[in-house]
Amino acid sequence: MFKTVPKRIKEIRFGLISPKEYRKMSVTRVITADTYDDDGFPIEMGLMDPRMGVIDPGLRCKTCGGRAGECPGHFGHVELIAPVVHVGFAKLIRKVLRGTCRECSALLLDSNQKKKYLEQIRTMRKIGQPIEDITNEVFKEARKPKTCMYCGAKQLDIKVEKPSTYVEKMGDHDHKLMASDIRVRLEKISNEDIEVIGMDPNNARPEWVILTVLPVPPVTMRPSITLESGQRSEDDLTHKLVDIIRINQRFQENREAGAPQLIIEDLWELLQYHVTTFMDNAVSGVPPARHRSGRPLKTLSQRLKGKEGRFRGSLSGKRVNFSARTVISPDPNLSISEVGVPLSIAMEMTIPVNVTTRNIEQVREYIRRGPENHPGANYMERSDRRRIKVTEINCEELAETVELGWKIDRQLKNGDIVLFNRQPSLHRMSIMAHEVKVMPHKTFRLNPAVCPPYNADFDGDEMNMHVLQTEEARAEAMMLIHVQENILSPRFGGPIIGGIHDHISGMYLLTRGDSRLSKSEILDMLSKTRLEELSEPAGEVDGKPYWTGKQAVSHILPSGLNMAYKAGICEDCDTCKEENCELDAYVLIKDGQLLSGTIEEKAVGAFKGLIVDKIIKDYGSARGLQFINDATMLGIKGVMHYGFSFGINDEDIPNEASIQISELLGEAEDRVMNLILAYNEGNLEPLPGRTVDETLELKIMQELGKARDTTGDIAGKYLGLENAAVVMAKSGARGSMLNLTQMAGCVGQQAVRGERIRRGYAGRTLSNFHTGDLGASAHGFVKNSYKSGLSPTEYFFHAIGGREGLVDTAVRTSQSGYLQRRLVNALQDLEVQYDGTVKDTRGMVVQFKYGEDGIDPMKSEFSKPQAIKWIIESVTSKEVE
Amino acid sequence: MAVSQKTIEEMTRNLQLPKNILDTLHKELEETKVTKKQLEEIIKRVVEGYEYACIEACEAAGVVSAQSIGEPGTQMTMRTFHYAGVAEINVTLGLPRLIEIVDARKNPSTPMMTVYLTEDYAKDRDMARKLAWNIEATHISHLGSLSTDITEMLVTIELNEKVITQRNITPEEVAEKLEDELGSTVEIDGNVLMVHPENESYRELLQLSKNVENVTLKGISDIKRVVIRKEDTIDEYVLYTEGSSLKHIDDLDGVDMTRSTTNNINEIYEVFGIEAARNSIIKEATDTLREQGLSVDVRHIMLVADIMTVDGEVKAIGRHGISGEKASVLARAAFEVTVNHLLDAGMRGDIDELRGVTENVIVGQPIQLGTGHVKLMAAKRT
Repeated sequence: MFKTVPKRIKEIRFGLISPKEYRKMSVTRVITADTYDDDGFPIEMGLMDPRMGVIDPGLRCKTCGGRAGECPGHFGHVELIAPVVHVGFAKLIRKVLRGTCRECSALLLDSNQKKKYLEQIRTMRKIGQPIEDITNEVFKEARKPKTCMYCGAKQLDIKVEKPSTYVEKMGDHDHKLMASDIRVRLEKISNEDIEVIGMDPNNARPEWVILTVLPVPPVTMRPSITLESGQRSEDDLTHKLVDIIRINQRFQENREAGAPQLIIEDLWELLQYHVTTFMDNAVSGVPPARHRSGRPLKTLSQRLKGKEGRFRGSLSGKRVNFSARTVISPDPNLSISEVGVPLSIAMEMTIPVNVTTRNIEQVREYIRRGPENHPGANYMERSDRRRIKVTEINCEELAETVELGWKIDRQLKNGDIVLFNRQPSLHRMSIMAHEVKVMPHKTFRLNPAVCPPYNADFDGDEMNMHVLQTEEARAEAMMLIHVQENILSPRFGGPIIGGIHDHISGMYLLTRGDSRLSKSEILDMLSKTRLEELSEPAGEVDGKPYWTGKQAVSHILPSGLNMAYKAGICEDCDTCKEENCELDAYVLIKDGQLLSGTIEEKAVGAFKGLIVDKIIKDYGSARGLQFINDATMLGIKGVMHYGFSFGINDEDIPNEASIQISELLGEAEDRVMNLILAYNEGNLEPLPGRTVDETLELKIMQELGKARDTTGDIAGKYLGLENAAVVMAKSGARGSMLNLTQMAGCVGQQAVRGERIRRGYAGRTLSNFHTGDLGASAHGFVKNSYKSGLSPTEYFFHAIGGREGLVDTAVRTSQSGYLQRRLVNALQDLEVQYDGTVKDTRGMVVQFKYGEDGIDPMKSEFSKPQAIKWIIESVTSKEVE
Repeated sequence: MAVSQKTIEEMTRNLQLPKNILDTLHKELEETKVTKKQLEEIIKRVVEGYEYACIEACEAAGVVSAQSIGEPGTQMTMRTFHYAGVAEINVTLGLPRLIEIVDARKNPSTPMMTVYLTEDYAKDRDMARKLAWNIEATHISHLGSLSTDITEMLVTIELNEKVITQRNITPEEVAEKLEDELGSTVEIDGNVLMVHPENESYRELLQLSKNVENVTLKGISDIKRVVIRKEDTIDEYVLYTEGSSLKHIDDLDGVDMTRSTTNNINEIYEVFGIEAARNSIIKEATDTLREQGLSVDVRHIMLVADIMTVDGEVKAIGRHGISGEKASVLARAAFEVTVNHLLDAGMRGDIDELRGVTENVIVGQPIQLGTGHVKLMAAKRT
């Protein structure tokens, strides 16, 4: 184990490696393409030479003496018989060849131009801007002269045959430039010229892009694996290297034997091919090198590229220890800041504890309990860094030996802080810190109120948990990532955590009208909340005191809270009657007492939650967390007290209602027929800017849409306000009136791309309709409700509409995912500075004051006029008293 | 004893508060009478409140903004065409439109202009109509019917009397325009125009008839349709166009360029400049999100608009824009086209100073943002 050195890497310099350096860093020259001998030992100066590192356990590296895992590996090299082009730089070579003299290799620009460009490049480098535009211009200009202004040589056109063959046009015949010729030309380029073309003469000379020595990557980066049969299977890179060395050898033999030029050229090209595919096996114009099975080989470029490549797959994102993943399930009795952790996971995951004088007895107790006895310990680390596994057998002994300065790995227990995450992690609330609560069974348990930020549900979702290992990490998690610090979303400055579903139904049932509760009832309601003192009863009936549901809610509100707003059930009457509203939609809270109004989604719901919002802003996030806990508990108690269920017979509507609905739909169909008739007779007046056909479609859609909404109104009227579905829709707990309309009234028009369904056969959607039928039912209007059941054609049209939705979702997730990645990548370096400006890491100022007023969007309520008004009001009213 | 306006002015003058807060403060104070003591208390609490609401230093504002815009993307619809604002004109909405905005596309899929009119035009429907005809591209197919006569080898155009008077164009003007564009002679016979091909061949005749159809006789060729609407809120006629060309409406009489706008951001940049382009990005993105019923704080959209326009030109979010111009080699390599960035870096001898987020993640050291940016220094003992 190495001790970490608290040093920062200041910078990383990029450059090309010269052949000289390749040889210097090489530990061996590789001359034979063989890997292992018959006994299974690596061959010296072969591809698996032990000096290049070891992969077999037990062996030691011949260069550094390290064992497998310790030795980082060392490069070898192959002396190429003839130079070859590095494909990645083919474009550069082309540009340089065209821009330099074929005789004297001078850059074909006059000295003034060179000076000008050089200056531009230097300034751009200094301010950290890309120099690409300038170098492109240099190459463009340098290509123009037909003769060299320095030696007077005539310049010839250079054609490029993809990917790396360069041909010079010499009058009527073409002359192919071999890599060695190119190298000679590049070598002659002067240092000054190199700078003008944007290269660095010390770290990247142009001739170094023509390879004369090929580095052989260490064995450790191309380990061979032994199959069960005992056969060795080599890495793709090794396969490629074998090819290169074989051809190299053959080339050498042929050349020494004085083979004809044609054969030499063929072999040269073959060598070029193998080196090319070794670098990149997806160059256009080059057939990819394949494995025996036909699979294309994964060579160097392929290792770096793409989502699973080295950069995105192994460097930017890593697999981690101390993490767990399992299915989630709801537990409304947990606090929203808790997470239920299965015992089996808690016993596996550990937190390191340093043994000090203050905790040595505690630590002994952990060790004594062993790994099988829940809050126990799994490992012990002595001061000499030797780790000892705590087992059932040795735990008693080990407990006695514990000394100061040792470390133990203690099991996870109640109250520990962990990070909890659900993918896709689209915003920062997708990872929050929770407190552990160890529980039986095998799922993570969480309060349903924290589902919205994670976007979780319990249909089989899995979530991840990460156990923090250092004190700093835990402190940071508590201060920044803890659930209570994330109740307000920075996206819109409102609460993203709040009551959902039953919490809202319950609160609604409890607070609407003047529901009455007896003493035992209200005490039961508030039994799960932090009730300190029961308020005075609202009145007495038959000598027994009673409390209202609104009083029950008042108990969980902080005292001193003043609020007034219109609830979501408000119907926007012309003059607001405020407290005397018949709908009980005017919420008035004075000094923490709910005086009027119904509590529903707008008060405590996720995304809306006005009361939650206000409490957090005035009383802090801890009080906000407690309020959400209390409100959800109270809501559930409420829903349990009144009873709440929803079944298929809740959609039953009386006969007269169905008659009304079918009459209404009949009338609508008649109107549609009239429209069609007018259209056929040519009497339909087109809307401005529309054709007659479009007008007809629009009018039919309108007519049918109106008809569906009316059926919904009828159904809603007959279902009454006590119906569970209506309660849920009105309170905002779940579903909408549209859902109800579709269940009880009429499903309505099915649409594809916002139009009526037209596809199918020529002129008709299905074969049971007449060609050219424009009627409602022939184009996907579903008259029936989900309750009454759909006819076969209706069912089919419904499936068409449903399919579009599915396709839509599938396309959208990939598109928005990419949008998000691009946005994050573009903006990630921006940071608010101490002076309030927003700068990127280059120091470029993007905004002089964040958001023009410096206000945090999470606390953006303050930028709204009401905030000031409220301050003035509270100050003036205080003085009056 | 209420304080006068002057004292309020004096007491608030030196406050370090943003303008919009000061303005509301003034406005509210005008309406309520306060004593000096109360005013002091109010100012104290407003300043306190502002300081509490301020964003903290070292906050990774960029990532927060990016997430705040990206996350609602998953909830948006793909439904492309819908009618926004004006009933008759299709506009791209939802996720595709948002992508279009951050991509800073040169040619958005549904360009649209809102043309406001100067006073004399705005109140008069006929004047507005006249201007509309001058903007909308007029083709032969709008004015009459076109036929090819093989025996005589000519293309005849019969102009509709009613339409040409309505559109305020004479047969002579049509003939002149056709001659200019096609280079062939046009005979006029009342409302009938005859065009001869240069050579008498069947093929050329057909080609000619096609060319005649494509000639823009009047108006701006990019603008397919103009819709006139009376906006009740301002009691004015406003033109909405399908297709956009701000450059060309500038010199038309009756156009109020101070208010007219387009949804094509690059066009705004060319005509009005970078600041206008920034505002346009903010407006378009906000409208797109609001239409979908998603609330996103403007500050996030501002930050995106600002980074797209900092260098004085509109740059896309992505490989061809901001991400492709980052200083760090590793950050670029980790985003897209990994290998090319590495090769170019090697060739140029680039230096990565490891200041950004990705670079430091890659080399495995703390990033220089948020809590990672805070350093402790020992105070010198004096």
